[in-house]
Amino acid sequence: MEQSKFTASSIGKKFLMAATGFFLMVFLLVHLSVNLFLFGGKQAFNEASHFMATNPLIQISQYILAAGFIAHIFFGIKLYIQNKSARGKVTYAVNQWQAHTPFNARTMIYTGLLILCFLILHLKDFTIPIKIADTRRFTHYELVTEHFKNPIYTVIYLIAFILLAIHLSHGFQSAFQSMGARHKSYTPFIEKLGVLYFWFISLGFSTIALWFFFKQ
Amino acid sequence: MTSNRSLSLKLKIWRQKNSQEPGRFEGYRVEDISPESSFLEMLDILNDQLIRQNKSSVAFDHDCREGICGMCSLYINGQAHGPDQLVTTCQLYMRRFKNGDTIYIEPWRSRAFPVIKDLVVDRSAFDRVIASGGFVSVNTSGNTIDGNALPIPKEDADKAFDAAACIGCGACVATCKNASAMLFVSAKISQLALLPQGKVEAKRRALAMVRQMDEEGFGNCSNTGACEVECPKGISLENIAQMNREYLSASIQNED
Repeated sequence: MEQSKFTASSIGKKFLMAATGFFLMVFLLVHLSVNLFLFGGKQAFNEASHFMATNPLIQISQYILAAGFIAHIFFGIKLYIQNKSARGKVTYAVNQWQAHTPFNARTMIYTGLLILCFLILHLKDFTIPIKIADTRRFTHYELVTEHFKNPIYTVIYLIAFILLAIHLSHGFQSAFQSMGARHKSYTPFIEKLGVLYFWFISLGFSTIALWFFFKQ
Repeated sequence: MTSNRSLSLKLKIWRQKNSQEPGRFEGYRVEDISPESSFLEMLDILNDQLIRQNKSSVAFDHDCREGICGMCSLYINGQAHGPDQLVTTCQLYMRRFKNGDTIYIEPWRSRAFPVIKDLVVDRSAFDRVIASGGFVSVNTSGNTIDGNALPIPKEDADKAFDAAACIGCGACVATCKNASAMLFVSAKISQLALLPQGKVEAKRRALAMVRQMDEEGFGNCSNTGACEVECPKGISLENIAQMNREYLSASIQNED
């Protein structure tokens, strides 16, 4: 009973956004680490990919990951609708957003929904084909490298990682705040770590896309 | 010196008869405004003008006019309490504006703060949040303890005092893109949770005040930090983090 009261409360919902956000941020790190094996060549990546596809622990985490994504998206949309209605019917005629609300913080729902579109594209072109692929015909390495021969596909990827960078530039430190972790002694460090994190993730994935586009 | 020259201004003011009828902007002109007059004095001059013309004066909230009561509000040119930071509207001076400027004046916009008339909003939702737990229960049967007899670490006393600087004006709600009241509520929760007198009821207080805040229809916190920027008393986001901690631990330990 208490649990449902907690998740229905404003702070509880933000806690869930933060908890799922943290989980997804760890996932991004794992995903990028596997992708970096692409630089090691066909055999290295296929082995890393095979490990991910067969390791029982990874297999179980997949379902938790899917639940994490769904919860993050569901609560994100729910919070957006609630927050919109909290403003009331009449909104300000003049509002100096730039004076008080940073761009990345006020666009979380838009960057989030666009990342969702990218996620669907990614599921269709990589996640699902990898699951049902006939690896005798083509390996995971070829599946990836073939896609990045297409310039439009590569550009879509690059845009997605810019959006992800904007989303993470607020999300990282925001997740700490929602969990109650803010203090003048360590918050500056968390903020710096957040900058490092979103650059690492976005540059890492983008470099892979660009590398295989120009390598062809 | 240009600052000594009087100002002529165009005002776009939100006029609304009552909470039921829809409002709209109306344009006014004020002339010969001294740059040294406060924003509220400028509105007094406008109202004087309107009364002389047998027109209805603009309703706006004000009381102490020295920045401590929290009554004055107004969203001026897209910012709560106007363009200056760390001041209330009564402490905003007309020298901040240029001759010929157009100034938009709007009430706080929040579902939980309905407009009563023109620029006056009903902020009693804050009172109900306070009534739900923003107090310390004291036995008044005769054996009251001297507050100064309780040792309080200097750092905690300072933090509690900083939180207590909140005047409940509602600028945080007005500014927040979600119309969230978390800066206000967290200032009250932190202020009391940091002191030994308030610690006893800290858990019950956090649960009750957050519940009341949610029931009033305020939005959720997106950690944008806009409230902290626009707060006339410089209440810190650290209070919201403290409230999150208090609420999380209270929820885990709650036995009701």
